[in-house]
Amino acid sequence: MNNLTHINVKVINPLPFQPAGLSGNADAILHEILALLEAFISTGQNGAIDLHSLPLTAADLELLRATLGDGEVSARIHVIGNTEVRETTYPGVWWLTYYSDEGNVVADLLEVTTVPEILKAPAEDVREGLVRLGDLLGATG
Amino acid sequence: MNEPDTLGAGLAHSGVSRRSFLKFCTVMASLMALPPGAAQAMAAALSQAKRQSVIWLSFQECTGCVESLTRSFDPTLEQMIFEMISLDYQETLQAAAGEAAESARDEAMKSSYGKYLLIVDGSIPTKDGGVYSTVAGVSNHDRLIDAARGAAAIVAVGTCSSYGGIPHANPNPTGAVSVSDIIKDKPIMNVPGCPPIPSVIAGTLAYFVTYGKLPELDHIGRPKVFYADTIHDRCYRRPFYDQGKFAKTFDDEGARNGWCLYELGCKGPTTYNACATIKWNGGVSYPIESGHGCLGCSEPNFWDKGSFYRPLSTPLADNAHIIAAGTLGGIAAGAVAAGLSRKHQTHIGEEK
Repeated sequence: MNNLTHINVKVINPLPFQPAGLSGNADAILHEILALLEAFISTGQNGAIDLHSLPLTAADLELLRATLGDGEVSARIHVIGNTEVRETTYPGVWWLTYYSDEGNVVADLLEVTTVPEILKAPAEDVREGLVRLGDLLGATG
Repeated sequence: MNEPDTLGAGLAHSGVSRRSFLKFCTVMASLMALPPGAAQAMAAALSQAKRQSVIWLSFQECTGCVESLTRSFDPTLEQMIFEMISLDYQETLQAAAGEAAESARDEAMKSSYGKYLLIVDGSIPTKDGGVYSTVAGVSNHDRLIDAARGAAAIVAVGTCSSYGGIPHANPNPTGAVSVSDIIKDKPIMNVPGCPPIPSVIAGTLAYFVTYGKLPELDHIGRPKVFYADTIHDRCYRRPFYDQGKFAKTFDDEGARNGWCLYELGCKGPTTYNACATIKWNGGVSYPIESGHGCLGCSEPNFWDKGSFYRPLSTPLADNAHIIAAGTLGGIAAGAVAAGLSRKHQTHIGEEK
Protein backbone atom coordinates (compact mmCIF):
# COMPACT_ATOMS: atom_id res chain seq x y z
CA MET A 1 0.00 0.00 0.00
CA ASN A 2 1.77 3.15 -1.16
CA ASN A 3 -1.06 5.37 -2.22
CA LEU A 4 -4.19 6.87 -0.65
CA THR A 5 -6.34 5.26 -3.33
CA HIS A 6 -5.25 1.83 -2.07
CA ILE A 7 -7.06 2.41 1.18
CA ASN A 8 -10.34 0.56 0.90
CA VAL A 9 -12.97 3.13 1.88
CA LYS A 10 -16.23 1.60 3.04
CA VAL A 11 -18.88 4.25 2.68
CA ILE A 12 -21.82 4.35 5.03
CA ASN A 13 -24.41 6.79 3.77
CA PRO A 14 -25.23 8.99 6.76
CA LEU A 15 -28.73 10.01 5.72
CA PRO A 16 -31.18 7.45 7.14
CA PHE A 17 -29.02 6.24 10.02
CA GLN A 18 -28.15 9.31 12.05
CA PRO A 19 -29.67 9.56 15.50
CA ALA A 20 -33.38 10.36 15.14
CA GLY A 21 -33.01 10.16 11.34
CA LEU A 22 -31.48 13.62 10.98
CA SER A 23 -28.98 14.24 8.20
CA GLY A 24 -27.79 17.62 9.46
CA ASN A 25 -29.33 19.35 6.45
CA ALA A 26 -32.26 20.84 8.38
CA ASP A 27 -29.80 22.54 10.70
CA ALA A 28 -27.80 23.82 7.73
CA ILE A 29 -30.99 25.21 6.15
CA LEU A 30 -32.01 26.99 9.37
CA HIS A 31 -28.62 28.69 9.47
CA GLU A 32 -28.99 29.65 5.82
CA ILE A 33 -32.36 31.27 6.62
CA LEU A 34 -30.65 33.23 9.38
CA ALA A 35 -28.10 34.53 6.87
CA LEU A 36 -30.82 35.32 4.30
CA LEU A 37 -32.81 37.27 6.92
CA GLU A 38 -29.74 39.31 7.87
CA ALA A 39 -29.09 40.07 4.20
CA PHE A 40 -32.75 40.99 3.65
CA ILE A 41 -32.75 43.43 6.57
CA SER A 42 -29.46 45.08 5.70
CA THR A 43 -29.72 45.23 1.89
CA GLY A 44 -33.34 44.42 1.01
CA GLN A 45 -32.15 41.44 -1.04
CA ASN A 46 -34.84 38.75 -1.36
CA GLY A 47 -33.71 35.19 -0.71
CA ALA A 48 -34.95 31.70 -1.46
CA ILE A 49 -33.99 28.11 -0.74
CA ASP A 50 -35.16 25.37 -3.07
CA LEU A 51 -35.89 22.29 -0.96
CA HIS A 52 -36.54 20.10 -4.01
CA SER A 53 -33.01 18.90 -4.72
CA LEU A 54 -31.72 18.85 -1.15
CA PRO A 55 -31.44 15.43 0.44
CA LEU A 56 -33.88 15.74 3.34
CA THR A 57 -35.18 12.90 5.47
CA ALA A 58 -38.68 12.88 6.93
CA ALA A 59 -37.14 13.81 10.28
CA ASP A 60 -35.30 16.74 8.67
CA LEU A 61 -38.56 18.09 7.24
CA GLU A 62 -40.29 17.58 10.58
CA LEU A 63 -37.53 19.53 12.35
CA LEU A 64 -37.84 22.34 9.79
CA ARG A 65 -41.63 22.50 10.17
CA ALA A 66 -41.48 22.38 13.94
CA THR A 67 -38.78 25.04 14.18
CA LEU A 68 -40.30 27.44 11.65
CA GLY A 69 -43.90 26.85 12.73
CA ASP A 70 -47.03 28.55 11.37
CA GLY A 71 -47.22 32.33 11.37
CA GLU A 72 -50.05 34.80 10.85
CA VAL A 73 -50.65 34.38 7.13
CA SER A 74 -51.58 31.41 5.03
CA ALA A 75 -52.97 31.47 1.52
CA ARG A 76 -53.97 29.06 -1.19
CA ILE A 77 -53.54 29.82 -4.88
CA HIS A 78 -55.58 27.84 -7.38
CA VAL A 79 -53.59 27.71 -10.61
CA ILE A 80 -52.82 24.36 -12.25
CA GLY A 81 -53.33 22.61 -8.94
CA ASN A 82 -52.90 24.22 -5.55
CA THR A 83 -50.10 26.33 -4.25
CA GLU A 84 -49.83 26.78 -0.50
CA VAL A 85 -48.21 29.93 0.81
CA ARG A 86 -47.55 30.03 4.55
CA GLU A 87 -45.72 32.61 6.55
CA THR A 88 -43.71 31.01 9.34
CA THR A 89 -43.51 32.33 12.89
CA TYR A 90 -40.55 34.35 11.65
CA PRO A 91 -42.08 37.28 9.72
CA GLY A 92 -40.74 37.50 6.20
CA VAL A 93 -39.87 33.81 6.08
CA TRP A 94 -42.39 32.03 3.83
CA TRP A 95 -42.86 28.37 2.97
CA LEU A 96 -44.30 27.82 -0.51
CA THR A 97 -45.44 24.37 -1.62
CA TYR A 98 -46.54 23.93 -5.22
CA TYR A 99 -48.81 20.99 -6.07
CA SER A 100 -49.71 19.53 -9.46
CA ASP A 101 -53.32 18.92 -10.52
CA GLU A 102 -53.01 15.42 -9.06
CA GLY A 103 -51.82 16.72 -5.71
CA ASN A 104 -48.13 15.81 -6.00
CA VAL A 105 -45.56 18.28 -4.72
CA VAL A 106 -43.83 19.72 -7.80
CA ALA A 107 -41.80 22.44 -6.07
CA ASP A 108 -41.06 23.30 -2.45
CA LEU A 109 -39.37 26.58 -1.55
CA LEU A 110 -38.54 28.74 1.42
CA GLU A 111 -38.59 32.45 0.56
CA VAL A 112 -37.31 35.41 2.52
CA THR A 113 -39.23 38.47 1.35
CA THR A 114 -42.04 40.88 2.34
CA VAL A 115 -44.62 39.23 0.09
CA PRO A 116 -43.91 36.28 -2.22
CA GLU A 117 -44.19 37.27 -5.88
CA ILE A 118 -46.85 34.68 -6.70
CA LEU A 119 -49.24 36.26 -4.16
CA LYS A 120 -49.12 39.70 -5.78
CA ALA A 121 -51.63 40.51 -8.50
CA PRO A 122 -49.62 40.82 -11.75
CA ALA A 123 -49.89 44.36 -13.21
CA GLU A 124 -50.96 43.12 -16.65
CA ASP A 125 -53.70 40.96 -15.11
CA VAL A 126 -54.93 44.00 -13.14
CA ARG A 127 -55.13 46.05 -16.36
CA GLU A 128 -57.03 43.27 -18.12
CA GLY A 129 -59.39 43.01 -15.14
CA LEU A 130 -60.12 46.72 -15.41
CA VAL A 131 -61.06 46.26 -19.06
CA ARG A 132 -63.33 43.33 -18.25
CA LEU A 133 -65.10 45.12 -15.42
CA GLY A 134 -65.45 48.23 -17.56
CA ASP A 135 -66.99 46.16 -20.36
CA LEU A 136 -69.40 44.52 -17.92
CA LEU A 137 -70.58 47.83 -16.46
CA GLY A 138 -70.75 49.41 -19.90
CA ALA A 139 -72.85 46.51 -21.16
CA THR A 140 -75.33 46.53 -18.29
CA GLY A 141 -75.27 50.24 -17.42
CA MET B 1 -55.09 34.83 -38.11
CA ASN B 2 -53.01 37.34 -36.19
CA GLU B 3 -50.77 35.74 -33.62
CA PRO B 4 -50.16 37.82 -30.46
CA ASP B 5 -46.74 39.52 -30.47
CA THR B 6 -45.19 38.18 -27.30
CA LEU B 7 -45.48 35.00 -25.30
CA GLY B 8 -47.02 36.93 -22.41
CA ALA B 9 -49.77 38.32 -24.60
CA GLY B 10 -50.20 34.93 -26.24
CA LEU B 11 -50.65 33.20 -22.90
CA ALA B 12 -53.22 35.75 -21.77
CA HIS B 13 -54.96 35.25 -25.11
CA SER B 14 -55.29 31.51 -24.44
CA GLY B 15 -56.53 32.08 -20.91
CA VAL B 16 -53.34 31.20 -19.04
CA SER B 17 -53.01 33.50 -16.03
CA ARG B 18 -49.65 35.05 -15.27
CA ARG B 19 -49.62 33.36 -11.88
CA SER B 20 -49.89 29.94 -13.49
CA PHE B 21 -47.10 30.96 -15.85
CA LEU B 22 -44.93 31.97 -12.88
CA LYS B 23 -45.75 28.62 -11.30
CA PHE B 24 -44.62 26.81 -14.47
CA CYS B 25 -41.35 28.77 -14.40
CA THR B 26 -40.86 28.04 -10.68
CA VAL B 27 -41.31 24.31 -11.21
CA MET B 28 -39.04 24.24 -14.29
CA ALA B 29 -36.34 26.32 -12.55
CA SER B 30 -36.53 23.99 -9.54
CA LEU B 31 -36.22 20.89 -11.76
CA MET B 32 -33.18 22.33 -13.50
CA ALA B 33 -31.65 23.37 -10.15
CA LEU B 34 -31.49 26.97 -11.31
CA PRO B 35 -31.06 29.44 -8.44
CA PRO B 36 -34.49 29.96 -6.81
CA GLY B 37 -34.64 33.60 -7.93
CA ALA B 38 -34.28 32.51 -11.56
CA ALA B 39 -37.99 31.67 -11.86
CA GLN B 40 -38.98 35.34 -11.83
CA ALA B 41 -36.26 36.30 -14.29
CA MET B 42 -37.34 33.38 -16.47
CA ALA B 43 -41.00 34.44 -16.35
CA ALA B 44 -40.07 38.05 -17.19
CA ALA B 45 -37.83 37.02 -20.09
CA LEU B 46 -40.31 34.50 -21.45
CA SER B 47 -43.31 36.84 -21.33
CA GLN B 48 -41.40 39.29 -23.56
CA ALA B 49 -40.10 36.58 -25.88
CA LYS B 50 -41.55 35.67 -29.23
CA ARG B 51 -42.97 32.21 -29.74
CA GLN B 52 -40.09 29.99 -30.76
CA SER B 53 -40.54 28.35 -34.13
CA VAL B 54 -39.98 24.60 -33.79
CA ILE B 55 -39.76 22.00 -36.53
CA TRP B 56 -39.96 18.43 -35.24
CA LEU B 57 -38.82 15.61 -37.51
CA SER B 58 -39.53 11.97 -36.68
CA PHE B 59 -37.28 9.34 -38.24
CA GLN B 60 -36.73 5.68 -37.20
CA GLU B 61 -38.68 5.83 -33.96
CA CYS B 62 -41.68 4.40 -32.12
CA THR B 63 -43.38 7.73 -31.20
CA GLY B 64 -42.73 6.93 -27.53
CA CYS B 65 -40.87 10.22 -27.08
CA VAL B 66 -43.84 12.28 -28.32
CA GLU B 67 -46.15 10.14 -26.20
CA SER B 68 -43.99 10.82 -23.17
CA LEU B 69 -44.32 14.58 -23.59
CA THR B 70 -47.94 14.82 -24.70
CA ARG B 71 -49.48 12.19 -22.46
CA SER B 72 -47.67 13.08 -19.28
CA PHE B 73 -49.76 12.77 -16.14
CA ASP B 74 -49.46 16.46 -15.54
CA PRO B 75 -50.55 17.76 -18.90
CA THR B 76 -51.41 21.28 -17.87
CA LEU B 77 -47.92 21.93 -16.53
CA GLU B 78 -45.56 20.25 -19.00
CA GLN B 79 -47.81 20.93 -21.95
CA MET B 80 -47.55 24.64 -21.23
CA ILE B 81 -44.36 24.33 -23.27
CA PHE B 82 -46.65 24.12 -26.31
CA GLU B 83 -47.85 27.65 -25.49
CA MET B 84 -44.26 28.84 -25.79
CA ILE B 85 -43.39 27.33 -29.10
CA SER B 86 -44.90 27.49 -32.52
CA LEU B 87 -44.80 23.86 -33.54
CA ASP B 88 -44.64 24.35 -37.28
CA TYR B 89 -44.22 20.71 -38.27
CA GLN B 90 -44.82 17.48 -36.35
CA GLU B 91 -46.19 14.56 -38.31
CA THR B 92 -48.03 12.92 -35.42
CA LEU B 93 -49.61 16.06 -33.97
CA GLN B 94 -50.35 18.18 -37.02
CA ALA B 95 -53.78 18.23 -38.63
CA ALA B 96 -52.45 18.85 -42.12
CA ALA B 97 -51.27 15.99 -44.31
CA GLY B 98 -49.59 15.40 -47.64
CA GLU B 99 -48.62 18.39 -49.79
CA ALA B 100 -50.15 20.88 -47.33
CA ALA B 101 -48.01 19.62 -44.45
CA GLU B 102 -44.84 19.48 -46.51
CA SER B 103 -45.30 23.00 -47.80
CA ALA B 104 -46.09 24.30 -44.29
CA ARG B 105 -42.72 22.94 -43.16
CA ASP B 106 -40.89 24.44 -46.13
CA GLU B 107 -42.59 27.79 -45.50
CA ALA B 108 -41.58 27.77 -41.81
CA MET B 109 -38.03 26.79 -42.70
CA LYS B 110 -37.84 29.72 -45.10
CA SER B 111 -39.47 32.39 -42.93
CA SER B 112 -37.56 31.43 -39.74
CA TYR B 113 -34.30 30.56 -41.51
CA GLY B 114 -31.42 30.58 -39.04
CA LYS B 115 -33.79 30.92 -36.06
CA TYR B 116 -35.91 27.81 -35.76
CA LEU B 117 -35.21 25.01 -33.33
CA LEU B 118 -35.02 21.60 -34.96
CA ILE B 119 -36.17 18.68 -32.82
CA VAL B 120 -35.41 15.17 -34.02
CA ASP B 121 -36.63 11.88 -32.61
CA GLY B 122 -35.56 8.59 -34.15
CA SER B 123 -32.29 7.45 -35.68
CA ILE B 124 -31.26 7.91 -39.29
CA PRO B 125 -30.69 4.86 -41.52
CA THR B 126 -27.70 5.25 -43.82
CA LYS B 127 -27.36 1.82 -45.42
CA ASP B 128 -28.35 1.33 -49.07
CA GLY B 129 -28.76 5.04 -49.66
CA GLY B 130 -31.03 5.51 -46.65
CA VAL B 131 -33.99 3.73 -48.27
CA TYR B 132 -35.16 2.14 -45.02
CA SER B 133 -37.00 5.22 -43.84
CA THR B 134 -38.37 7.86 -46.16
CA VAL B 135 -41.10 10.48 -45.92
CA ALA B 136 -42.69 11.81 -49.10
CA GLY B 137 -39.98 10.06 -51.09
CA VAL B 138 -37.14 11.83 -49.27
CA SER B 139 -34.77 9.81 -47.12
CA ASN B 140 -34.40 10.73 -43.44
CA HIS B 141 -30.75 11.49 -44.12
CA ASP B 142 -31.48 14.04 -46.84
CA ARG B 143 -34.36 15.58 -44.89
CA LEU B 144 -32.13 16.06 -41.84
CA ILE B 145 -29.34 17.69 -43.86
CA ASP B 146 -31.88 20.02 -45.47
CA ALA B 147 -33.65 20.98 -42.22
CA ALA B 148 -30.43 21.35 -40.21
CA ARG B 149 -29.10 24.00 -42.57
CA GLY B 150 -31.40 26.76 -41.28
CA ALA B 151 -31.65 25.60 -37.65
CA ALA B 152 -30.37 27.74 -34.78
CA ALA B 153 -29.82 24.56 -32.81
CA ILE B 154 -30.85 20.92 -32.86
CA VAL B 155 -32.36 18.94 -30.00
CA ALA B 156 -32.13 15.16 -30.33
CA VAL B 157 -35.01 13.85 -28.23
CA GLY B 158 -34.68 10.23 -27.16
CA THR B 159 -31.85 7.70 -27.26
CA CYS B 160 -32.36 6.87 -30.98
CA SER B 161 -31.65 10.37 -32.29
CA SER B 162 -29.04 10.95 -29.55
CA TYR B 163 -26.99 7.78 -29.94
CA GLY B 164 -28.72 5.51 -32.47
CA GLY B 165 -30.81 3.70 -29.86
CA ILE B 166 -32.58 0.45 -30.62
CA PRO B 167 -32.38 0.69 -34.45
CA HIS B 168 -28.60 1.01 -33.98
CA ALA B 169 -28.49 -2.18 -31.87
CA ASN B 170 -26.49 -5.11 -33.19
CA PRO B 171 -26.67 -6.13 -36.07
CA ASN B 172 -28.01 -2.68 -37.03
CA PRO B 173 -29.59 -3.84 -40.31
CA THR B 174 -30.40 -0.32 -41.54
CA GLY B 175 -27.06 1.29 -40.70
CA ALA B 176 -28.83 3.57 -38.18
CA VAL B 177 -26.84 6.48 -36.75
CA SER B 178 -27.50 9.47 -34.48
CA VAL B 179 -28.04 13.10 -35.46
CA SER B 180 -24.55 14.08 -34.26
CA ASP B 181 -23.03 11.38 -36.46
CA ILE B 182 -24.31 13.30 -39.48
CA ILE B 183 -24.51 16.97 -38.50
CA LYS B 184 -21.20 18.48 -37.39
CA ASP B 185 -21.65 22.24 -37.77
CA LYS B 186 -24.62 23.04 -35.47
CA PRO B 187 -25.08 23.11 -31.71
CA ILE B 188 -26.71 19.78 -30.83
CA MET B 189 -28.21 18.82 -27.49
CA ASN B 190 -28.97 15.18 -26.74
CA VAL B 191 -31.95 14.49 -24.48
CA PRO B 192 -31.68 10.70 -24.26
CA GLY B 193 -34.00 8.24 -22.57
CA CYS B 194 -36.32 5.57 -23.91
CA PRO B 195 -38.33 7.73 -23.63
CA PRO B 196 -36.94 10.84 -21.91
CA ILE B 197 -38.75 12.14 -18.81
CA PRO B 198 -41.45 14.62 -19.97
CA SER B 199 -40.29 17.37 -17.58
CA VAL B 200 -36.78 16.99 -18.94
CA ILE B 201 -38.00 17.56 -22.50
CA ALA B 202 -40.15 20.51 -21.41
CA GLY B 203 -37.42 21.95 -19.17
CA THR B 204 -34.69 21.93 -21.81
CA LEU B 205 -37.05 23.50 -24.36
CA ALA B 206 -38.08 26.18 -21.83
CA TYR B 207 -34.40 26.86 -21.22
CA PHE B 208 -33.75 27.42 -24.92
CA VAL B 209 -36.77 29.71 -25.32
CA THR B 210 -35.72 31.71 -22.23
CA TYR B 211 -32.01 32.11 -22.85
CA GLY B 212 -31.88 31.69 -26.64
CA LYS B 213 -29.18 29.04 -26.36
CA LEU B 214 -28.70 25.49 -25.20
CA PRO B 215 -27.81 24.79 -21.56
CA GLU B 216 -24.35 23.52 -20.65
CA LEU B 217 -23.74 20.02 -22.03
CA ASP B 218 -21.65 17.09 -20.83
CA HIS B 219 -19.09 15.16 -22.90
CA ILE B 220 -21.79 13.29 -24.85
CA GLY B 221 -24.03 16.28 -25.45
CA ARG B 222 -26.50 15.93 -22.58
CA PRO B 223 -27.73 18.94 -20.55
CA LYS B 224 -25.87 18.79 -17.23
CA VAL B 225 -28.87 20.21 -15.37
CA PHE B 226 -30.62 16.87 -15.79
CA TYR B 227 -27.90 14.35 -16.54
CA ALA B 228 -25.11 15.23 -14.11
CA ASP B 229 -25.72 12.47 -11.57
CA THR B 230 -26.13 8.74 -11.95
CA ILE B 231 -29.34 6.98 -10.95
CA HIS B 232 -27.23 5.22 -8.30
CA ASP B 233 -25.95 8.53 -6.85
CA ARG B 234 -29.50 9.72 -6.16
CA CYS B 235 -31.18 6.35 -5.53
CA TYR B 236 -33.13 5.94 -2.30
CA ARG B 237 -31.78 2.35 -2.14
CA ARG B 238 -28.19 3.62 -2.13
CA PRO B 239 -27.76 3.12 1.65
CA PHE B 240 -28.35 -0.62 1.17
CA TYR B 241 -25.62 -0.74 -1.45
CA ASP B 242 -23.29 1.01 0.97
CA GLN B 243 -24.11 -1.57 3.63
CA GLY B 244 -23.67 -4.47 1.25
CA LYS B 245 -27.35 -5.49 1.40
CA PHE B 246 -28.41 -6.89 -1.97
CA ALA B 247 -31.44 -8.67 -3.39
CA LYS B 248 -30.19 -11.89 -5.03
CA THR B 249 -33.43 -12.88 -6.76
CA PHE B 250 -36.65 -11.01 -7.46
CA ASP B 251 -38.53 -12.84 -4.70
CA ASP B 252 -36.04 -13.26 -1.86
CA GLU B 253 -35.95 -11.50 1.48
CA GLY B 254 -33.69 -8.77 0.11
CA ALA B 255 -36.14 -8.00 -2.69
CA ARG B 256 -39.03 -7.84 -0.22
CA ASN B 257 -37.04 -5.51 2.03
CA GLY B 258 -36.25 -3.20 -0.87
CA TRP B 259 -32.49 -3.79 -0.85
CA CYS B 260 -30.13 -2.75 -3.62
CA LEU B 261 -30.74 -4.37 -7.05
CA TYR B 262 -27.08 -4.19 -8.13
CA GLU B 263 -26.62 -7.96 -8.22
CA LEU B 264 -29.79 -8.33 -10.30
CA GLY B 265 -28.20 -6.29 -13.05
CA CYS B 266 -29.29 -2.75 -12.16
CA LYS B 267 -27.47 -0.29 -14.46
CA GLY B 268 -28.07 2.66 -12.10
CA PRO B 269 -24.36 3.13 -11.29
CA THR B 270 -23.42 3.78 -14.94
CA THR B 271 -26.58 5.58 -16.05
CA TYR B 272 -26.84 9.36 -16.03
CA ASN B 273 -30.45 10.50 -15.84
CA ALA B 274 -32.93 12.22 -13.51
CA CYS B 275 -35.34 9.30 -12.89
CA ALA B 276 -34.37 8.97 -9.21
CA THR B 277 -35.23 12.59 -8.44
CA ILE B 278 -37.97 13.64 -10.90
CA LYS B 279 -39.43 10.14 -11.25
CA TRP B 280 -42.19 9.04 -13.64
CA ASN B 281 -45.96 9.24 -14.04
CA GLY B 282 -46.27 12.54 -12.29
CA GLY B 283 -43.69 11.72 -9.63
CA VAL B 284 -45.23 8.36 -8.63
CA SER B 285 -42.10 6.20 -8.82
CA TYR B 286 -39.28 5.01 -11.05
CA PRO B 287 -38.27 1.48 -12.12
CA ILE B 288 -36.08 0.73 -9.09
CA GLU B 289 -38.88 1.89 -6.79
CA SER B 290 -41.12 -0.66 -8.53
CA GLY B 291 -38.59 -3.43 -7.81
CA HIS B 292 -36.74 -3.69 -11.14
CA GLY B 293 -33.20 -2.59 -11.90
CA CYS B 294 -32.44 0.33 -14.19
CA LEU B 295 -31.92 -0.72 -17.85
CA GLY B 296 -29.66 2.24 -18.57
CA CYS B 297 -31.92 3.40 -21.43
CA SER B 298 -30.41 6.89 -21.62
CA GLU B 299 -26.89 5.61 -22.27
CA PRO B 300 -25.32 4.94 -25.70
CA ASN B 301 -25.58 1.28 -26.84
CA PHE B 302 -27.73 0.31 -23.84
CA TRP B 303 -29.27 -2.52 -25.85
CA ASP B 304 -25.91 -4.16 -26.57
CA LYS B 305 -24.32 -4.23 -23.14
CA GLY B 306 -25.15 -7.84 -22.36
CA SER B 307 -28.10 -9.00 -20.31
CA PHE B 308 -30.21 -6.50 -18.39
CA TYR B 309 -29.94 -9.00 -15.52
CA ARG B 310 -26.17 -9.46 -15.41
CA PRO B 311 -24.47 -7.44 -12.67
CA LEU B 312 -22.25 -4.59 -13.80
CA SER B 313 -18.56 -5.34 -13.78
CA THR B 314 -17.63 -1.66 -13.81
CA PRO B 315 -15.85 -0.55 -10.64
CA LEU B 316 -17.73 2.24 -8.91
CA ALA B 317 -15.56 5.25 -8.30
CA ASP B 318 -17.81 8.35 -8.60
CA ASN B 319 -18.00 10.54 -5.56
CA ALA B 320 -18.08 7.92 -2.79
CA HIS B 321 -14.87 9.24 -1.24
CA ILE B 322 -16.28 12.77 -1.07
CA ILE B 323 -19.34 11.61 0.82
CA ALA B 324 -17.13 9.46 3.07
CA ALA B 325 -15.08 12.53 3.96
CA GLY B 326 -18.31 14.34 4.81
CA THR B 327 -19.27 11.80 7.47
CA LEU B 328 -16.61 13.27 9.76
CA GLY B 329 -19.22 15.67 11.14
CA GLY B 330 -23.00 15.75 10.94
CA ILE B 331 -23.39 19.28 9.65
CA ALA B 332 -20.38 18.96 7.40
CA ALA B 333 -22.01 15.91 5.81
CA GLY B 334 -25.17 17.90 5.22
CA ALA B 335 -23.21 20.77 3.74
CA VAL B 336 -21.36 18.41 1.41
CA ALA B 337 -24.56 16.72 0.26
CA ALA B 338 -26.19 20.10 -0.28
CA GLY B 339 -23.08 21.27 -2.07
CA LEU B 340 -23.15 18.25 -4.36
CA SER B 341 -26.74 18.82 -5.34
CA ARG B 342 -26.06 22.47 -6.04
CA LYS B 343 -22.79 22.07 -7.83
CA HIS B 344 -24.29 23.14 -11.15
CA GLN B 345 -26.12 26.20 -9.94
CA THR B 346 -23.33 28.75 -9.91
CA HIS B 347 -22.64 29.20 -13.59
CA ILE B 348 -26.28 28.78 -14.57
CA GLY B 349 -27.20 31.67 -12.31
CA GLU B 350 -24.95 33.93 -14.36
CA GLU B 351 -26.92 33.28 -17.53
CA LYS B 352 -29.36 36.10 -17.81
